[in-house]
Amino acid sequence: MLQGRSKFLTFMLFAGFIFLYVPMILLIIYSFNYSKLVPVWGGWSTRWYKELFESPEVWEAVSLSLQIAFINATFATVLGTLAGLAMVRFGRFRGRTIFGGMLVAPLVMPEVITGLSLLVFFISLKELIGWPAERGFTTITIAHITFSLAYVAVIIQARLTGIGETLEEAASDLGAKPFKVMKAITLPRLAPGMLSGWLLAFTLSLDDLVIASFVTGPGANTLPILIFSRIRLGLRPDINALATIIIIFVAVLVSLAAYLMFRQQKREIMDHKMAQSIKS
Amino acid sequence: MVDQEDHPEDYGKIEGGPSGDRQPLLRIQNVTKAFDEFVAVDNVELDIYEGELFCLLGGSGCGKTTLLRMLAGFETPTSGKILIDGKDMSGVPPYERPTNMMFQNYALFPHMNVAKNIAFGLEQDGLPRSEIKERTNDILRLVELQGYENRRPQQLSGGQRQRVALARALVKEPKILLLDEPLGALDKKLREQTQFELMNIQDKVGVTFVVVTHDQEEAMILSTRISVMDRGRLVQTGSPTEIYEFPKSRMVANFIGSANIFEGSVIGELEHGFKIETIIGEFTLKNTPITIRNKAIFIGIRPEKIFLSKEPDLAPGSNNAEGTIYDIGYLGNTSRYKIRLEQDLIIDVTAPNQTRPQNKTHEFMWDDKVYINWEPSSAMVFYE
Repeated sequence: MLQGRSKFLTFMLFAGFIFLYVPMILLIIYSFNYSKLVPVWGGWSTRWYKELFESPEVWEAVSLSLQIAFINATFATVLGTLAGLAMVRFGRFRGRTIFGGMLVAPLVMPEVITGLSLLVFFISLKELIGWPAERGFTTITIAHITFSLAYVAVIIQARLTGIGETLEEAASDLGAKPFKVMKAITLPRLAPGMLSGWLLAFTLSLDDLVIASFVTGPGANTLPILIFSRIRLGLRPDINALATIIIIFVAVLVSLAAYLMFRQQKREIMDHKMAQSIKS
Repeated sequence: MVDQEDHPEDYGKIEGGPSGDRQPLLRIQNVTKAFDEFVAVDNVELDIYEGELFCLLGGSGCGKTTLLRMLAGFETPTSGKILIDGKDMSGVPPYERPTNMMFQNYALFPHMNVAKNIAFGLEQDGLPRSEIKERTNDILRLVELQGYENRRPQQLSGGQRQRVALARALVKEPKILLLDEPLGALDKKLREQTQFELMNIQDKVGVTFVVVTHDQEEAMILSTRISVMDRGRLVQTGSPTEIYEFPKSRMVANFIGSANIFEGSVIGELEHGFKIETIIGEFTLKNTPITIRNKAIFIGIRPEKIFLSKEPDLAPGSNNAEGTIYDIGYLGNTSRYKIRLEQDLIIDVTAPNQTRPQNKTHEFMWDDKVYINWEPSSAMVFYE
């Protein structure tokens, strides 16, 4: 059945795989290269991994990035959820259009502009009230929250529109006061959306180089900043080792997510079969 | 029941109907709901009495659901008042109203099992746990769903979900149960069975039901009274018999069942009726008062009230017309005939197939010359 068209399709499939994965595979292979010069093969070795683990700079950067990402994701999820609720469930209120526009602005604004404007904002804030005294951890976290919450708000808005208002109306009809409706119905229904929002905010923060570069100060290097500053001095094999670890970490996370999704789907199919096996 | 035809308003004086000097349980007073320019519900005035199974019937967009949502408290009337048991409902939020609603697609909470879904309403009232359990079990027995307590809604069939939704709305013993297309999501066979179950349950619990539906058959079977809605207005309210046999307008006649309608005018008065002239000839009309004179009126005859025969009915005062069979729709239990009259008018006739056809051929076939006739009291009169 596949004979006729399969040659072209198979070729395209492999071309796609090569395009996507060969750079990463090369990176992994070169991370095991003994030679100090990246393009020159000097035999297999774990030398750069050892060097990486012995370099405190790198671990400081990893720790800083993870801390920022965690705090950012948590705040962005709370604020983004509230913003999404305001947009979808509160009907018309004064300034709704402007609020909606401002909410998605960071999605379309070039990162350089966002970074620059935040830098200007922090500098003038320091002039005015003397806080934040020093740029670094706090300023990067605040900057990340401002743009991450836009992504969370979009996810929450879509999810809220998708689940509709009927369940909330049903709860209200059965005597639940608004706060109880939120707790018993809206939030549990929203939880998957909030989780994906949190994960997205976490990833965005780990990933960000541009905005962090603008608003960081002396001594506060996130992982992307560290990698980028090292690369500027030439390709270095220990960075390859670091990148390999990150790739493996991400691969594990993605597989876990895929497994959870598979289990969810299987459960839905089982539910459906169960429902069908009942007469009337 | 003497001289029933003279007083169509006598129909509908059934148990639960507006009789005697009972106070209505639900009063809808001049209620209007406008969304910007669009008027969804237009000056509706309606009383519903305790124990009724009342249907709001109408096509999509006629405002019936909006009216129901105003009763539940999800929408606020632009003007007018809703009173339940004498209390004004203005400003009373849904969670404080003595009503419960069964939603169109049931709106069961997917993250809770059947027992939790049903207990949800009772928990909001802060009842003791033992009472919640007892009442949940009682209602599960009523809807015959014992043993399904721990299933989630996704693990139930359509019919079971419908019963969980009904149980959840009934368990709080509301004064009025609002049902939005309660059988709309079920397939045809199940729907017919469930109609009777719904009536039985209403009988047992004695709660007043207000049902919204677009299905006229459903409304006819279920209700003690029906209100037909069109473009936000109530066009007619009455018992199923009243609505079907004595519709007030062509719109109602065509919405509930179908009717052959032609224009006519009164040309003479008889002892118990009138002489009418129409495009298909002169007819007598009995036991239907005509209040408007010197103006074109409309005469309607239901397809099943027309008799089909090969010979004309020669009795004096009978209404006859002659035509040929133009088309036949064989439904098994009945057949639908389209008769083309001399005036090139098509008349619909429905006739029961009460005997088995001999030699597999029916009594009436295509292009047969036939006579149609109907009782003088079967014709309906409309002014609009």
